[in-house]
Amino acid sequence: MRFLLVEDNADLAQTVLDRLKIDGHATDWAPSLGSAWDYLAVAQYDVIFLDIMLPDGDGRDFLSTFRAQKHATPVIVMTARSAVSDRVALLDTGADDYITKPFDFTELEARVRAVLRRQQGASVNLRSFLDLTYDPATATVSVSGDNRELRNRELRLFEIFIANPEHVFSKAQLVDRLFSSSDDISENAVEVYIARLRKKIEGGQTRIETIRGIGYRLTAS
Amino acid sequence: MKKLFSASGSIRTKLLVSLMVTSAILAALLFLSVRTFVNQAVEATHDNVLGAATQVILDEIRASDDGVSVDIPYTAFSILGSLGQDRVFYRVMVGETTVTGYEDLPLPTTQSATLAADFYSAPYRNDAVRFASDTRQFLIQGSMVDVTVILGQTQSAKAAIMTQMTPRAVLLGIGFFTIAAVFGMLATWLVLQAIASLGDAVARRGPQDLRPVTRPMPPELRPFVRSINGFIGRLANALSRTETFIGEAAHRIRTPLTTLRNTLELALSETDDPVLKDRLRASIRAVDDSARSASQMLDQAAVSYRTDQRSYQPVVLNELVTDIADAFRPTTALRDVRIFCVIPKYDVCVLGDPIMIETALRNMLDNAVKYSGAHSDIDIRLSQGEGFGQILVLDRGVGLGGIAGYELIPRFVRGNNASGVVGTGLGLTIVSEVARALKGKFTLTDRDGGGACASLSLPSYSL
Repeated sequence: MRFLLVEDNADLAQTVLDRLKIDGHATDWAPSLGSAWDYLAVAQYDVIFLDIMLPDGDGRDFLSTFRAQKHATPVIVMTARSAVSDRVALLDTGADDYITKPFDFTELEARVRAVLRRQQGASVNLRSFLDLTYDPATATVSVSGDNRELRNRELRLFEIFIANPEHVFSKAQLVDRLFSSSDDISENAVEVYIARLRKKIEGGQTRIETIRGIGYRLTAS
Repeated sequence: MKKLFSASGSIRTKLLVSLMVTSAILAALLFLSVRTFVNQAVEATHDNVLGAATQVILDEIRASDDGVSVDIPYTAFSILGSLGQDRVFYRVMVGETTVTGYEDLPLPTTQSATLAADFYSAPYRNDAVRFASDTRQFLIQGSMVDVTVILGQTQSAKAAIMTQMTPRAVLLGIGFFTIAAVFGMLATWLVLQAIASLGDAVARRGPQDLRPVTRPMPPELRPFVRSINGFIGRLANALSRTETFIGEAAHRIRTPLTTLRNTLELALSETDDPVLKDRLRASIRAVDDSARSASQMLDQAAVSYRTDQRSYQPVVLNELVTDIADAFRPTTALRDVRIFCVIPKYDVCVLGDPIMIETALRNMLDNAVKYSGAHSDIDIRLSQGEGFGQILVLDRGVGLGGIAGYELIPRFVRGNNASGVVGTGLGLTIVSEVARALKGKFTLTDRDGGGACASLSLPSYSL
């Protein structure tokens, strides 16, 4: 995916760029509103991350102008202010979501996913593996046509497996993707969620297999 | 009286008292003038009649060489009788000698140079008597001799007229006073109306409305309006400076914390060393702790500042509660914590400052989320009580750990079961400060079946 990051603090911007690069995304960095307009003139982005206090103006003014020009690209505002009234005002201005600094990358990813899910709606292709299907637009999981209700973390764990069936994920990898980095979680916590997920998708042609000493994978039962 | 003329005395009372006193003086003057005028008119009429009777007597005096013959005609008395039932006295003098009548009737004190009669009042036989005296010259035995006729009449008829006239003059005075008083009150009302309408224009504004007053005003009130506008300007400036400062401070503190946190997270994802991972996680928790402390201290600064402003207004809680729950959901969903709101269909409206209430609710909910385990639910219940609106935040977290709720409220106090949870001990202090400032109540208790129950009640505002 391609992102535009509008943020004047170079150090902060670099950390976000590095992290998005690790996840395989291409990100352009605009240190000012002027530079953001330049990027927008020549490229298409999936999501824009926007800071509020910028050297050449207020991010909110940028946002209203951007929306007034009928651009539909989702915008997630990254701000230091946490008041709910600020958040409501931003959403009214045309922001799709709002994240308070400092933020967790897991949270940022979750918000990007949620924003894109809303944006793309039904146009997203269903993912399936054997009799297991997943609709990212509605976050519905079904086993042989039977819908199963998954809670947030179970769903995220499931998303990791269904995106790469037969791929083996280590406990450490799963912990990084599932939990906030500030959570004091032992790798064994993953076992709890694996057990729950196994229960939720049982009765079909698939199962989550434990590969001793290495990790887990989604495979045919 | 002292109070009436002091600077703090009511303008209405001052105006009314001075206008009433002026009206009363004018009414009294009117009464006296009318009485004097009537008195003078009656006296002039009386004098004319008295003068005419004197003339009639003089006309009947005949002079011959033998002397003077005086024949008092009946007409003279019938003229005087027309004025009323008064006693009449007369004296006719030839030269210095009284020839007929009362010898002791007083003579005029001054004699007019003209031919007209002299009129004067003098007491006679215990009565106030009005006299007319006229002198004519007759030729007796070859020389001119003065013959003087003095005619007096008691004044009971005049007194009767005055007695009759006085109540009418009093009525006239009272009537004048009443009309003047009504106009005085009207004038007072008109003057105060201008001041009251200015007061209204300022009072009707919402607490956020800091535009200058521009409505048309009488020139006398303009300096006052100018100083009000000056004050509003300074207030707006101070307000925006403080809010800009709080926003700027949040930005300055949080931006480097974000860089630090992100860098630590990157390092965490790049290492497989479990010891290093633990250290990095501890560092990230410390960063989160700092960020939370910073924002709660700014929250507390904002709450103290707004408490001083006292710009309270009606706040409908339904939407506020829903917005706050919505703001929390994306973060809590990551921990599988669900937030349920029970919002009544009718509006729950309280009197307060929306930013303060929001700050309190945010901290209550933040606390509930912090101490809730994964896979648990938080309930927010909004309800209307007798004279207050109540927000309950119920969680299934660790509860209060056997400590009374009020003991957890002071600054930087944390529960004994709070270890391992990021926190500063400021959240509950902020909520209770908001409750106190808005004359509400905040309590924290253990919830039946485990967890905590935070309750914020604020005085109702009836629409």
